[in-house]
Amino acid sequence: MDAIILQILNGLDKGSAYALIALGLTLIFGTLGVVNFAHGALFMIGAFCAVTFSRFLSVSHEVAVEGEVDFLGNQMMRDVPYIYDWFGEATGAAIIDWAVPLSIIFAIPVMIGIGFAMERGLVKHFYKRPHADQILVTFGLAIVLQEVIKYFYGANPIPTPAPSAFTGSFDFGALLGFDPGSIIYPYWRLVYFGFAALIIGAVFAFLQFTTFGMVVRAGMADRETVGLLGINIDKRFTIMFGIAAAVAGLAGVMYTPINSPNYHMGMDFLVLSFVVVVVGGMGSLPGAVAAGFLLGILESFASMPRVLDALPGINQIIIYLVAIIILLTRPRGLMGRKGVMEE
Amino acid sequence: MLGLNKQDTKLLLLVITLTMLAPFILNPFPEGSAMAQFNAGYPDLMQRFVIFGIFAIGFNILFGLTGYLSFGHAAFLGIGSYAAMWMFKIFGMNVLPALGLSVVMSGMFAVLIGYVSLRRSGIYFSILTLAFAMMSYSLAYSVLATDMDGPDKQGLLQKGLTGGETGLQLTLQDPRILGSQTTAQGNIPSPSLFGLEMRSAAEMNIGDWVFTFSAGYYFSAFVMLAAFYLSIRIFRSPFGLVLKSIKSNQQRLNYTGMNPKPYMLAAFVISGMYAGLAGGLMAAMDPLAGPERMFWTASGEVVLMTILGGVGTLIGPVLGAGAIKYMENILSKINSDILHTWFAFLPDGLEDLLVTIIYPFIGKGWHLTLGIIFMLVVIFLPGGLVQGGQKIAAVFKRKKASDEKTDGKTTPAE
Repeated sequence: MDAIILQILNGLDKGSAYALIALGLTLIFGTLGVVNFAHGALFMIGAFCAVTFSRFLSVSHEVAVEGEVDFLGNQMMRDVPYIYDWFGEATGAAIIDWAVPLSIIFAIPVMIGIGFAMERGLVKHFYKRPHADQILVTFGLAIVLQEVIKYFYGANPIPTPAPSAFTGSFDFGALLGFDPGSIIYPYWRLVYFGFAALIIGAVFAFLQFTTFGMVVRAGMADRETVGLLGINIDKRFTIMFGIAAAVAGLAGVMYTPINSPNYHMGMDFLVLSFVVVVVGGMGSLPGAVAAGFLLGILESFASMPRVLDALPGINQIIIYLVAIIILLTRPRGLMGRKGVMEE
Repeated sequence: MLGLNKQDTKLLLLVITLTMLAPFILNPFPEGSAMAQFNAGYPDLMQRFVIFGIFAIGFNILFGLTGYLSFGHAAFLGIGSYAAMWMFKIFGMNVLPALGLSVVMSGMFAVLIGYVSLRRSGIYFSILTLAFAMMSYSLAYSVLATDMDGPDKQGLLQKGLTGGETGLQLTLQDPRILGSQTTAQGNIPSPSLFGLEMRSAAEMNIGDWVFTFSAGYYFSAFVMLAAFYLSIRIFRSPFGLVLKSIKSNQQRLNYTGMNPKPYMLAAFVISGMYAGLAGGLMAAMDPLAGPERMFWTASGEVVLMTILGGVGTLIGPVLGAGAIKYMENILSKINSDILHTWFAFLPDGLEDLLVTIIYPFIGKGWHLTLGIIFMLVVIFLPGGLVQGGQKIAAVFKRKKASDEKTDGKTTPAE
């Protein structure tokens, strides 16, 4: 029993990342009808927003250390981040420690900006083109974005730690009455799951309970009629593209402590996220979220030693295997709508 | 000629001339000159041109004719490579049976994968093929690489069917029942065509120029020409017409009482066999097969090649394959020192500026150039390089036509 709970928990953080990326993909697909192969790159850019922000915070200047000289008699110098000067040493250190969560503030406008630029600058011209062209041009864009990041940040993963308050692990075993230490789970992964749940909830609430969201949903159902009613639906869809980019970006920001960001992390996640979207059903938001968590958890179950003994290598292929089975038995995915992507 | 119309015969003859003379054409700069790094006439790269040409030609039969975008074609490339390697290991180093097995094996896998994947269309088809290819990759990487040696301990399956991360390699212990286990010097023999070793090459010096004629290249080139000829025949056949109609309007095809499924499966299998052939040739040129050949980026690469050259055209995929492989090998070799020598004639400040601007696009950053070119092609030239060429040709023709018009009578208004 404890092993099962542990695997479910392990699946949650990967599932959260899949769900967030798949949610953004589905938002873009549902509103604009565009298959965005550059969405993984947005996830990656989000992660590098966190890297950039924490580098910003630790920009420092040299300060002489009073009364200390090195063996050559020179004045000893010490690097002091500017932020220490502004907020005092204790607060400054705390801010640097909390760089990853704080970079959310930095990432949201950046990601929305990138989303707008992408939609207005490139994707807009591809609405009327076939889906294959959309896949290809966004695939090209993903390569370009990836290479630009690689040029500026290098090819190696950049470790970005979580705030020290979250570095430990939480002992679920003791809480649930199993042996202490049988289910331990890093705090940050809990935070990630909570954060993902919050974002997903916020997106759904936004679509469900605001007038803007209502218009967007109406536009998803019948774009032409909404346009005929005198609503500028294109503008709203552009904003949705920005939001989808921000969702992917935030997923990337918060993922940095779990997995050090490198330039190809986006592509690695993208392939799986597409599988997730297709399993969930193209164009279905709840489907994308459900499939994200489902596949994340299945993947972690498949990597249990007992399962691996019986079916070696199953952890590598489980997601694809499930995708194939689902596509063949439920062609529209788990919650797909009729008539989406069927031409 | 050979059942082709005049235009196709011209095209085929052009391709034959180009491939046969490639060692000259691709080596336009004398050895040791500053431009020598742009020479592409060395066997390894020329072989890659034609092998990826075959891969792209095959992919084009599926994507160009039926419009089904497969994102997992590299799986067949990998299967072909592994099949050829096993043929080398068990039966001997002749390349013909190895290529035969590559084609047959990849064809069999293509039947299986195609039968399942073709039940869906659009992006679902792309994802299904991607899923199958990634499954093949993962299996080749991990499960199939575990020790499967039986009690007789020949060591043949010591690293499994695929050899895992390091890939499948030839060893001295391989049986090679029809050939010799080792060469006279006690080395592992290299792949050959009835004794003609694939890596043997002849060099010719004319002045400062050095031209290399490699047996491997010419063998691959002949295979590619055969593949190219076959693809022309497919494009012009009634079968090809059915495939084209699948792309333009599948519904109408259904209404006329045609079942498109068998045709699509046939196209999928043919293009899978082309990929297997390319994979087998890769193993024949360099006897090594690794799982990374099946990774989805490899599938993405062949998509790039086909689009860049011109999807649905005959010559496009070959051009695209050549262009990408050329960029990969030549562009990635240029470094900032070379750039500095190029721009040395400029004032220092300007020189540094130019080098700084160009530097991100070369060397390790050649993918950036590739991505940008690819995007530009998709945005402005959906027909690829071939369409670009046609447009340029059309401009010249129009000029000529208008020249003729001016000295003749003016055409009456319609």
